[in-house]
Amino acid sequence: MEKLKFELQSAPLSAQQAAVICGVVGSGNLEVLVSQHDQADICQIEVTTSAVGFQHVWQSVLNEFAQRHAVAGLKFQLNDMGATPAVVNLRLSQAISMFKGV
Amino acid sequence: MNQMVKTRLWDKQRTRRQEKLNLAKEKGFAKQVEHTRVIELLETVISSSDRVCLEGNNQKQADFLSKSLSQCNPEVIHDLHIVQSVLALPSHIDVFEKGIASKVDFSFAGPQSLRLAQLVQQQKISIGSIHTYLELYGRYFIDLTPNVCLITAHAADREGNLYTGANTEDTPAIIEATAFKSGIVIVQVNEIVDKLPRVDVPADWVDFYIESPKYNYIEPLFTRDPAQITEVQILMAMMAIKGIYAPYKIQRLNHGIGFDTAAIELLLPTYAASLGLKGQICTNWALNPHPTLIPAIESGFVDSIHSFGSEVGMEDYIKERPDVFFTGSDGSMRSNRAFSQTAGLYACDLFIGSTLQIDLQGNSSTATVDRISGFGGAPNMGSDPHGRRHASYAYTKAGREAVDGKMIKGRKLVVQMVETYREHMHPVFVEELDAWQLQEKMESELPPIMIYGEDVTHIVTEEGIANLLLCRTPEEREQAIRGVAGYTPVGIQRDEAKVKELRQRGIIQHPEDLDIDPTQVSRDLLAAKSVKDLVKWSGGLYSPPSRFRNW
Repeated sequence: MEKLKFELQSAPLSAQQAAVICGVVGSGNLEVLVSQHDQADICQIEVTTSAVGFQHVWQSVLNEFAQRHAVAGLKFQLNDMGATPAVVNLRLSQAISMFKGV
Repeated sequence: MNQMVKTRLWDKQRTRRQEKLNLAKEKGFAKQVEHTRVIELLETVISSSDRVCLEGNNQKQADFLSKSLSQCNPEVIHDLHIVQSVLALPSHIDVFEKGIASKVDFSFAGPQSLRLAQLVQQQKISIGSIHTYLELYGRYFIDLTPNVCLITAHAADREGNLYTGANTEDTPAIIEATAFKSGIVIVQVNEIVDKLPRVDVPADWVDFYIESPKYNYIEPLFTRDPAQITEVQILMAMMAIKGIYAPYKIQRLNHGIGFDTAAIELLLPTYAASLGLKGQICTNWALNPHPTLIPAIESGFVDSIHSFGSEVGMEDYIKERPDVFFTGSDGSMRSNRAFSQTAGLYACDLFIGSTLQIDLQGNSSTATVDRISGFGGAPNMGSDPHGRRHASYAYTKAGREAVDGKMIKGRKLVVQMVETYREHMHPVFVEELDAWQLQEKMESELPPIMIYGEDVTHIVTEEGIANLLLCRTPEEREQAIRGVAGYTPVGIQRDEAKVKELRQRGIIQHPEDLDIDPTQVSRDLLAAKSVKDLVKWSGGLYSPPSRFRNW
């Protein structure tokens, strides 16, 4: 297991919303919990992953996500069982859509 | 002058064949042979250095005859040249290990690819060439005509007429080449009956037939369990449908095997129907009877399907859908690999399939360093046929996209659909294909590339679609490929500014550019979520093999 923590710059998301959970922890899959963060100007992402040694890939995936979506002021908790970047990306997109209630 | 002409013998092959048949007759062999005497028969009618075609493809296998050949005495028969489409069974390789055969020309070696590579290194086998199916069949009629063929059919009657049934596959091509060039045709059948449902091969093309002690083996190669389809595959399938099938109005097509394409098939009655595409796309197919296509057929999406081979468990369903499938007067399907390959090459507007590696020119390969796997049919399906002259909406639209000036030819759509990472985080996008290393190991003239980059028109990944037709320079192509290569090392090294420009020009399209809603990407979109659902869609006519049943 590896625990990673990222603090990313992003455009702010103003609306106050209830926390959501998306996905399941299963082989090749992950769950994403989205909630309000106490710092409004930053996006905090915590990753707990079974795949050790992929910090740079996480960094790239999450950076791009924070650029694509306005997520400052949010906290993401990711519990991962070896999901590919493809699955992580999809799950993050779904989680933010659900959070925004789109 | 006349003197010289008279001295040449014009029927040496026929004489040689007759001598072999006489020898067999002397040993008491009639046309119908007991399975206990097959090895003796083979040792009688096969001579050392003969070219022998063993019927073995990726579906049905002349497994009894293959096993018997591998049990022949290598002092009696040796140095055979095997010409065979697929090396699939252990006995296909045993004949080389035992010294019965020494050379092979083939298409595909899937399950035996590892052993084949080892035998090459031990110099127990020399590989002539690795072909595509059509190429190999072509050479059966040019310079690789078999002296003896060992084939399989479902049934024979007392005269030796053959019924191949739904799995006709390669049989007509092999027999035609052998029987009409003074070769000897030996057939294993599952049963001998008084009256055949229909005659697929007439008795006078057959020299010997044997009731095999066991039914021939048929691999259910084209069955994909919907339960294993992932959401990323569903996302890519949605992109393919909305970003390629819809704008090009793809009606005539071929799908490769795999979960990616199975996902497309299962989204036709749901997602594609919701986009109003029923009747507009996917009406005519060159395709094996994929069970995952049942919901689309039942929903009225599909007009016709011609098949390379059959699929285990689909027989009764096919029989009840003669408007869709090609069936005989007896009701059962007749497949034909050579004709379906031709259809896939010349009569289809799109091929879509997966691969293991793609390089920056778009070349793709399934070769890895320790395996010699070959090609099968993908290079025929996945190539732009320069012999095509008829137009269609898709063909001309793609042709126009490929050039700035006057169009003189259309383009077949050749789509590669891959997740950027395979299992265990192997990147699909690479700087150099393993095929080049394998070429060196095999000492082959050409690298074993499955689909040439110049033929590829689109690449679909979870990141987006790259339309390579619209690229105007090799540099643009490279950036378009990097631009959908995700977080692979090749993808990370993209030129961000160039990729942004390509996206503005519509050369790269992301799911959001296609208005695909990520929350819709769910297994709920699959028309069938399990094999059991497929059985239900078929009204109980589809009877899946036991390994796909969990109820």
